[in-house]
Amino acid sequence: MITAFILRALDRRTSIVLAVILGIGILLPVLNLATDPSSPFHVPTYVLTLLGKYLTYALLALSVDLVWGFCGILSLGHGAFFALGGYGMGMYLMRQIGDRGTYGNPILPDFMVFLNWKELPWFWYGFDHFWFAALIVLLAPGLLAFVFGWFAFRSRVTGVYLSIITQAMTYALLLAFFRNDMGFGGNNGLTDFKDILGFDIQADATRGALFFASAAALALGFWICRAVIASKFGKVLVAVRDAESRTRFIGYRVEGYKLVVWTLSAMMAGVAGALYVPQIGIINPGEFAPANSIEAVIWVAVGGRGTLIGPIVGALLVNFGKTWFTSGMLAEYWLFVLGGLFVLVTLFLPKGVVGSLMTKGSRKPVEKPIEDVVAPGVAAGQAAE
Amino acid sequence: MVDMISRFKTLLATLALVFLAAVPAAHADDLKPLVDGLGKSGYAALKDAVGALAATGDPAVAPILQSLSAGDLYVRKSDRAVFAATKAEGGYKLTDPATGADAGTAASGEIDKIKVNNAVREAVTAARGSLTLMSPDIAKRRAAAAEMFRNGDPAQIPLLDQALAKETDAGIAATLQLARAAAILKSDQPDADKIAAIAVLQAKGGRDVLGQLTAIEASSTDGAVKAAAANALSSIRGTLKLWDGAQNILYGVSLGSVLLLAAIGLAITFGVMGVINMAHGEMVMLGAYTTFVVQELIRNNVPWLFDWSLAIALPLAFLVAGLVGVLIERMVIRFLYGRPLETLLATWGVSLILQQAVRTWFGPNNREVGNPSWMSGAFELGNLTITYNRMWIVVFSLVVFAALMLVLKRTAFGLQTRAVTQNRPMASSMGIRTPWVDALTFGLGSGIAGIAGVALSQIDNVSPNLGQGYIIDSFMVVVFGGVGNLWGTLVGAFTLGIANKFLEPYAGAVLGKILVLVFIILFIQKRPRGLFALKGRAVEA
Repeated sequence: MITAFILRALDRRTSIVLAVILGIGILLPVLNLATDPSSPFHVPTYVLTLLGKYLTYALLALSVDLVWGFCGILSLGHGAFFALGGYGMGMYLMRQIGDRGTYGNPILPDFMVFLNWKELPWFWYGFDHFWFAALIVLLAPGLLAFVFGWFAFRSRVTGVYLSIITQAMTYALLLAFFRNDMGFGGNNGLTDFKDILGFDIQADATRGALFFASAAALALGFWICRAVIASKFGKVLVAVRDAESRTRFIGYRVEGYKLVVWTLSAMMAGVAGALYVPQIGIINPGEFAPANSIEAVIWVAVGGRGTLIGPIVGALLVNFGKTWFTSGMLAEYWLFVLGGLFVLVTLFLPKGVVGSLMTKGSRKPVEKPIEDVVAPGVAAGQAAE
Repeated sequence: MVDMISRFKTLLATLALVFLAAVPAAHADDLKPLVDGLGKSGYAALKDAVGALAATGDPAVAPILQSLSAGDLYVRKSDRAVFAATKAEGGYKLTDPATGADAGTAASGEIDKIKVNNAVREAVTAARGSLTLMSPDIAKRRAAAAEMFRNGDPAQIPLLDQALAKETDAGIAATLQLARAAAILKSDQPDADKIAAIAVLQAKGGRDVLGQLTAIEASSTDGAVKAAAANALSSIRGTLKLWDGAQNILYGVSLGSVLLLAAIGLAITFGVMGVINMAHGEMVMLGAYTTFVVQELIRNNVPWLFDWSLAIALPLAFLVAGLVGVLIERMVIRFLYGRPLETLLATWGVSLILQQAVRTWFGPNNREVGNPSWMSGAFELGNLTITYNRMWIVVFSLVVFAALMLVLKRTAFGLQTRAVTQNRPMASSMGIRTPWVDALTFGLGSGIAGIAGVALSQIDNVSPNLGQGYIIDSFMVVVFGGVGNLWGTLVGAFTLGIANKFLEPYAGAVLGKILVLVFIILFIQKRPRGLFALKGRAVEA
């Protein structure tokens, strides 16, 4: 049954996407390692790291699309799950530094020595093992999402209310992680990593491996999303998105469906964060900023929500644009572009780039999702629009 | 006749001058032997001499003691007379320390410097404190009395009694009583006196008394005194707790008024119209920058108008923010009615553009917005300190709220707004131009955010990020209070403000804020439609 669930997702288009992602994941590191720096095919390490970062963003966008595009839950707090995963990985990498820190303490990370802490807080136990950190990377965002979702979906908080409280959630975490006595490095976060699994984190080969891991995680995430969408479970999700009350009246436990997909999505975001940190080399509370979460939403909107390929394309496009803009003379105008994107995409390209292309190809019309929850004040007004 | 009177006045003034000049002179003669007493050898004798000088209570003694501790006093070897001396050509120039009159010169071998040690310095400090107690200047007397109260030196008790007998100002007399009580507690007077003194201190209360009583309770060996002190301590602590509570409420009301100002515009655009305007914070920011521009213009052109700058900025900020609001509504939001999630994203984009526009125009740094004179300073109310700017902002937020209520409930425009939000097709059939009402209502909400910006520019940094700090709080207030209900916003703002300030002493500022956020998240689970939910058909959308 599980195999059927997994295999049903492997239609032609999915297979092509998977092949492309994995192909890039192998090709670029090989081009980086096996070619001479003077060769025209050489991929410099910084490009590899940059693209690796984009791939983790793409995975984050994918996780947002899973809940927004297919279940109608607009999360403005997915950055929190991403950052939690990142902190899980960051804590492992901190412990790997060992006595090579500035203060040379074999147990305590530098910032704890600096704060005059005498012993490791209990929640840092176990992070010297990779398997434990990997488990936490999945469990911490998953658990937060489960508890949050359990409360929210059970009491039928929907629509913009849910969006706003997810934003409040990530804002609260932002404030919390800024505190020094939380034990996560406060303002500066975790940085100065040396090794991952015994390999030098700066080495080209490690970078290549991390890039491949990001591509593989993205492929796996894409496959899982396809499998979820293609299953009966996925059909119910779409039904919840299009008409929540009707689905409930038919007899489905809507909150259960939402909770499962919400938790799954949070775990995917956590994995993305965990892969992001070793490539970037730092994780700090800034990752919790509400603006980051909203930016992830715009990647999905630009690419096209409810398409799964769209968010990947959107994340790559927007971030490529961001890098291009902010590295040149036009750095000052990037926010104009980003803001303009928000406005123009919602006004003129509601289906996103990929969504519009798919409709044009008209292989299968993409049905227009119905927003079934609005703020009460507008309720009457809506009818006339 | 007039001439006569003026002459008479001049005569009087002259007489008064002569008289005044004569008084210190007369004293100075009395002082002379005492001053010369400073010339006796030995620190103990010196200390006594300082005490004797201080006991005269003569204001002229103060400068003498000042020069003594500064090391400017010298004794002439020939006659042991004391002079103030400054280095001059060929030796020292002598002056009489009491009158400042010239007393000739002396070679450096003829005079000796009067040396002081720490004990003498202490005596000088205490003596100077006591001397100013007799000063004719009320402010000086008040400061001296407060100083004596802090020191509580038993040696000063006779002097305090003396000062008390003369004192005419009731406030200073009370402080002197306290100082006397504090001094008695440190002296070796009988227990009955000490217990009476504790009662005096207890009646005063306050933090400074708390410190002194704690010291007495810790050091006292006598049971009755110790018990009385402990008793007084617990009673004062109880009172202080009440004052702390009042102070917290005050801070809470102040924070609540800020929240109300930030949220009240949102209560219209989000609460009444149902538009999720993420650019709301930027409207506040525009208002603050309007204030900045107005103040700059006034500073450079008509500085005397500065106290009116806020009054001038208010309507302008309303117009600027309102106009931008109308533009946003016409160009973006009207295409997105009924699609709240898209509205949210589009207005977020607008907010990024506005932020960057202001950053490009005015630069990324904080801009200085000044406080007009009537908004700076503070006044005391019991144990509470209230700053004027906070007080005016509380008043202002309530005025804005009342004005908004009036507009919505008592004007034709308000009637149309309510009609359109309640039943758009019906309102349209009755001849209301609904698109206009939408645009104007959105403009009204934005304009109110703009005038909130004028007020917030007085207490916050005016930077392009100003609005970001308020957007989440504002949404929390509106959602907590109940969407579509202005009274809910009022209650919500003050509840959250006060809750925040009561949590702060226990949890710290940041954790307190986090707790409030968590509380709101849980509250929304329980009552998804807020504190004062709208009832009726509009609820089930």
